[in-house]
Amino acid sequence: MSTAEPIIQATHLDKFYDDFHALKDVNISVRRGEKMVICGPSGSGKSTLIRCFNGLEWHSSGTLTVDGLEVYEGSKDVLKLRQEVGMVFQQFNLFPHLTVLENLTIGPMKVRKLDRAKAEELARHYLDRVHIPEQADKYPIQLSGGQQQRVAIARSLCMESRIMLFDEPTSALDPEMIHEVLEVMAELVDTGKTMVVVTHEMGFARKVADTMVFMEEGRIVEVAPPETFFTNPASARCRTFLDQILAH
Amino acid sequence: MPALKGAELPRPPAFQRVLNSVPVAVAIYIAVIYLIVWSAYAGAQNMGYNWQWSRVPQYLYSFTDDGFQLGEIFIGLGATIQLSVLSFALATLIGLGVALLRLSGLVVGKAVAIGFLELIRNIPLLVLLYLFYYVLGPIFGFDRYWASVLTLAVFHSALISEILRAGINAVPKGQWEAASSIGMTTAQTYRYIVLPQSIRFMLPPMTGEVVHLIKSSAIVSVIAVAELTTIGRNIISDTFMSFEIWFTVAVVYMVVTLILSVGVSYLERRYAVDQ
Repeated sequence: MSTAEPIIQATHLDKFYDDFHALKDVNISVRRGEKMVICGPSGSGKSTLIRCFNGLEWHSSGTLTVDGLEVYEGSKDVLKLRQEVGMVFQQFNLFPHLTVLENLTIGPMKVRKLDRAKAEELARHYLDRVHIPEQADKYPIQLSGGQQQRVAIARSLCMESRIMLFDEPTSALDPEMIHEVLEVMAELVDTGKTMVVVTHEMGFARKVADTMVFMEEGRIVEVAPPETFFTNPASARCRTFLDQILAH
Repeated sequence: MPALKGAELPRPPAFQRVLNSVPVAVAIYIAVIYLIVWSAYAGAQNMGYNWQWSRVPQYLYSFTDDGFQLGEIFIGLGATIQLSVLSFALATLIGLGVALLRLSGLVVGKAVAIGFLELIRNIPLLVLLYLFYYVLGPIFGFDRYWASVLTLAVFHSALISEILRAGINAVPKGQWEAASSIGMTTAQTYRYIVLPQSIRFMLPPMTGEVVHLIKSSAIVSVIAVAELTTIGRNIISDTFMSFEIWFTVAVVYMVVTLILSVGVSYLERRYAVDQ
């Protein structure tokens, strides 16, 4: 576990979609290098919360600081923020008109302004890291779901951001492909990156998480280290949830 | 064919089978075409029309001392194509501007875009042409050729902007989010991610729009801009061969637009491979 300095700090965060109250007075802080896993039933605000972290959604009130930048709608720092915060999506969201290599190089080239040779070197390095160097010249549609998600992880890694957000990265995958993606994610733990992962994969969570978070109906119900969280959660609701998803 | 174990399915009724068969369809088609051609021909005979097809080729091509030369009709076609290409390029630019304004989320942008669309969509093309030629032309000092280009460009930009907007909207939201998540600006996202992907959604309706534009370009003959239809009219006033020349002009338009449609459907199939 690393230093105690928070890299993400949310204070009294509320978020409304019209009348729907999606986040209710959320207070959370993520330390630099911390691996945090957020779980909870669907509609509990997990995705909304991490999408606020890189400005894909905007909170309605409260303060949110990410990597030293104040996050709010209309902030001039939003592009800078997004460069420092990578995100992996449930539906991969690879660029279908670009090859795997181009998917990885477009960010470094157009956003970080690296030249092509440097960007390709970077891309091949990270394709190696996700164990699919041989797929560089294929198009996303030619890959399996697991491979696509690994490309998406590599795309995010290529931006060399300090924080990585994962929004249910294995929920759209066939069961036999979940493992390969989780393995790649587990290998990232040693890089010292800050990781916030929304997932229902409790085996993975138990293995990598420094902190477990349970959310329900837009509220953070429980924050605990995995040992306590899995064996002796404080709230009854969290216990029921764990029983339900660990039962099968 | 392998021996199938399942029972055969019931066949469609005999009447439907006969009507759907190729020979019957071809026969009906030929009969209809024959009827049309024959009635036109018979009508012309009745009014004592003097067919002079042999005089038509000289307007298509000629051999002189200088060798092979294109005739007036093809020169007119060249002018039509030039006019269409110019107008289409301009229409696409204006259309893209209007589409982006409409998608911008700015209230003013949306209002301007919708105002423009409604204005253009509700004025007949001919009236728009007169406006540009007789009103705006003298005011802003452009000639009949530019009046034609601008009329066609503005008229078609309204339709093109809707095609572009639909194409842009057809790109999934996740693509925007992925581009944002790697720090791209809106302009970069449009340029590198969204527009390249929307092209395949836009290609079929855009082809239709080009064909439409080529055909509507004939309207500029009313202000005597030299192009295919104007030249057809001039030839007729010299020769009085109205039937032959209008048939020829119609066929020339048809051949050009058909070639275009076939070419683009080939392009579409090529584009589809990568997706």
